[in-house]
Amino acid sequence: MDITKLTAVQTGRLIKDRELSVEECVNACMDSIEKQDGNYNCFVTLDREGALKQAKEVQMKIDANELTSPLAGVPCAIKDNMCTANLLTTCSSKILSNFVPTYTATAVEKLQDVGAVILGKTNMDEFAMGSTTETSYYGITKNPWDVTRVPGGSSGGSAAAVAACEIPFALGSDTGGSIRQPAAFCGVTGIKPTYGRVSRYGLIAYGSSLDQIGPLAKDVTDCAAVLEAICGHDKKDSTSAAGLDTDFMSALKDDVKGMKIGVPRDYFLSGIDEDVKKHVLAAAKTLEEKGAVVEEFDLGMVEYAIPAYYIIASAEASSNLERFDGVKYGYRTQSFTDLHNMYKKTRSEGFGPEVKRRIMLGSFVLSSGYFDAYYVKALKVKALIKQAFDRAFEKYDVILGPVAPTTALTIGESLSDPIKMYLGDVYTVSVNLSGLPGISLPCGYDSKGLPVGLQLLGKAFDEKSVLRAAYSFECAFAAERRLPNE
Amino acid sequence: MSKNYETVIGLEVHVELATKTKIFCGCSTAFGGAPNTHTCPVCTGMPGSLPVLNKGVVEKALSVGLATNCKIIQNCKFDRKNYFYPDNPQNYQISQLYYPICRDGKVEIEVNGNKKYVRIHEIHMEEDAGKLVHDPFTDSSLVDFNRSGVPLIEIVSEPDMRSADEVIAYLETLRETIQYLGASDCKLNEGSMRADVNLSVREAGSEEFGTRTETKNLNSFRAIARAIENETARQIDILESGGKVLQETRRWDDTKEYSYPMRSKEDAQDYRYFPDPDLPPLVISDEWLAEIRNAQPEFREAKKIRYKEEYDIPDYDIDIITGSKKMADLFEDTIRLGAAPKKVSNWLMVETMRLMKETNTDADHLTFSAENLAKLISLVEKKTINGTVAKEVFEIIFRENIDPEQYVEEKGLKTVTDTGALNQVIQKVIADNQKSVSDYLGGKEKAIGALVGQTMKAMQGKADPAEVNRIIKEELEKLRDQ
Repeated sequence: MDITKLTAVQTGRLIKDRELSVEECVNACMDSIEKQDGNYNCFVTLDREGALKQAKEVQMKIDANELTSPLAGVPCAIKDNMCTANLLTTCSSKILSNFVPTYTATAVEKLQDVGAVILGKTNMDEFAMGSTTETSYYGITKNPWDVTRVPGGSSGGSAAAVAACEIPFALGSDTGGSIRQPAAFCGVTGIKPTYGRVSRYGLIAYGSSLDQIGPLAKDVTDCAAVLEAICGHDKKDSTSAAGLDTDFMSALKDDVKGMKIGVPRDYFLSGIDEDVKKHVLAAAKTLEEKGAVVEEFDLGMVEYAIPAYYIIASAEASSNLERFDGVKYGYRTQSFTDLHNMYKKTRSEGFGPEVKRRIMLGSFVLSSGYFDAYYVKALKVKALIKQAFDRAFEKYDVILGPVAPTTALTIGESLSDPIKMYLGDVYTVSVNLSGLPGISLPCGYDSKGLPVGLQLLGKAFDEKSVLRAAYSFECAFAAERRLPNE
Repeated sequence: MSKNYETVIGLEVHVELATKTKIFCGCSTAFGGAPNTHTCPVCTGMPGSLPVLNKGVVEKALSVGLATNCKIIQNCKFDRKNYFYPDNPQNYQISQLYYPICRDGKVEIEVNGNKKYVRIHEIHMEEDAGKLVHDPFTDSSLVDFNRSGVPLIEIVSEPDMRSADEVIAYLETLRETIQYLGASDCKLNEGSMRADVNLSVREAGSEEFGTRTETKNLNSFRAIARAIENETARQIDILESGGKVLQETRRWDDTKEYSYPMRSKEDAQDYRYFPDPDLPPLVISDEWLAEIRNAQPEFREAKKIRYKEEYDIPDYDIDIITGSKKMADLFEDTIRLGAAPKKVSNWLMVETMRLMKETNTDADHLTFSAENLAKLISLVEKKTINGTVAKEVFEIIFRENIDPEQYVEEKGLKTVTDTGALNQVIQKVIADNQKSVSDYLGGKEKAIGALVGQTMKAMQGKADPAEVNRIIKEELEKLRDQ
């Protein structure tokens, strides 16, 4: 048996049945990472020693029947923007290249509590700003389907590590598509939960009103199991919501009879690859054949989502990233003349070009004289986008569409043209602006053999409908499912 | 000066709220403490940390808002004020700009018998910054984040004051109100109350405001009064010599008694305020507001009226006692323990005031308890000790808050009640001081004083002087009859 090909829940079951030891699983993943990661560069930090120590402790608890979660003993990886006590946390930035947190993010702590074993920290776009994992200070992560292509981003390391069977599941974060788009590019499954579903405490903020932590895994079942483990109200995060309806595993039913699914006509008008369009619409057909009521409709506001998103996210980022100043932690420039010069040099040397671009954009839209014209207007657009979704969800249980207009891009393709990269976020950012839950899962393969992602959206805090629709589709698609290099 | 000028002043007053924990985390707000010991990821701006609002801060801000007749904004918000400085760990301060918790209040002040209102523009909540400490040994600056995140309210007045006296009266009224609420100790010298003065001058009778300056670093009422005089004169000089006042922020140096410019309007920073996405809007329900309103304490004016009715003590005493919450509490608590109001008021007005003056202590720093004062008063009432001894004992109570019953017992200060012993001493004093006896009998009644003194001396002070006086008089009168 190749342990690394198992899903997280399958691994957990075998550990529970004493067919596998936690240590065996950790070693299998570590070996897989060592064998492959030179090619893919999914990890910034590996912690074999810490993982083996955790494995021993978790095994003892499992043997004492103290851990009952389906994830007990299962290895995992964490995107490098979540704080892990005593383990380097860089945000893939030079400015945090020496930062070792004193505390652990709530979502990560919750995973540890149920017995998941953390093997390391995954690569990402610097401060989660990007859609390709090319802006990392620690080098580009490559797509396991084709190493000349990007894995998507910003959670590219997490997505590629799952796709390459280096790890059964990983945590990512999603501010404008950063879980869903790399899941699509890498042919894995990822959920962006409803805003407030998962505590943001310990997640190094990019756009605070949009950020959510979520799972990237091999299938819908794993995503449900991980989400169940990490969700819930946290008194340390004032924006986290009380636990409503969190038994996500119970939503995994291969049954969409009578479910009302809306397909936004305006998602397919222009700028979308024919291959992507074909597979996504075929997925809608599949669900219809299974008994769902599928209907096309006009969502509206689609063209305003990207400008609104980039204004709001950059504005928040410009403020969130002010704390990286060389005073308290992180990188500080070698030589400086005075305080102002120290700030300037530290930040000039410590941040990469994409981060600087967004800090400048964000500072501009918040500055006096422009605040109303940009930031306040963007907030109004955000409210209108939310209204458009609310209207749609009066009629539909789930909205179905593509995750991205294309499959994985080649390395370097979008770095030279940031606007093009931003436009690739057209189907994902409006979901963050509305705070809604969304799942991304594979629904086909294009002519180049690259995975195509399907996106299913739900009402706020109705992850269950999204999971049920996704699970049903996954059952129908099982025969076509592939791994990279197969 | 060829023209008449009028000074126009508005104040921005920062008050540190007396909550046990900080505004956005559970760290202690205690003053002092080794550097960076009252800190956590939140108040040191660690990556990924998030603020959680302390309800106690909201309640104290609301109580101040209600006491200053403000309109409460029941759906208020927090905003980020962005600026880089090492004592500001996130490089933004969480404050309130767009929807502050209180607006449109007013406070009545009185100067030389004239009453007027100073309007309050707004009160908002915000977090304090840390403190920079320069280390001369390494020639570097270190940051202490103990104060970072200590809750503040900023009370912004309208430009309604016209003199230093009005400013001081306004500040005193605010301080007294806030102290009565227990919302802050309002110590200017320790920085728990700070005032920035916005001042402009204009020709008397003019409707338009002149260009204003803001003066900072004012650590006492005296400094504020001096800075106002100084700035008024400076601006008038500029105008008289045909110049223009620059809109700028100035820093007051109280030892040199002058201010110098810190920054002009041109270099004013753009703080890029925007709503803090980490904190949801703060909704203050009608029920919550009613709870705060019902829990408001009795303020000075109400106390004055009640003291007059209930205790019948002089207006002068009432004014002094209610002048400080601490003194008023001490007064009421001692009465509650059974002491007569007039006696308590006497101890506070005479001995307490004398010792406060002697030791340079203000009323807020009185350390003795109502229990010990009540016990002392009772010892005198029961004639266990006499008045002279009581004054001595009170001085120890004032300084060390000792238990007077125990102290009197231990030191053997009780009045001798054995009349046999006292009579013996009196007989001896009369026999030994025939001059005084004959003076008395000859009509000099005052001569009895010397005999009482001699007796008290022989008794080592442990006799009731009134009783001694009575017995001696009795004995002398017996002699007259013989």
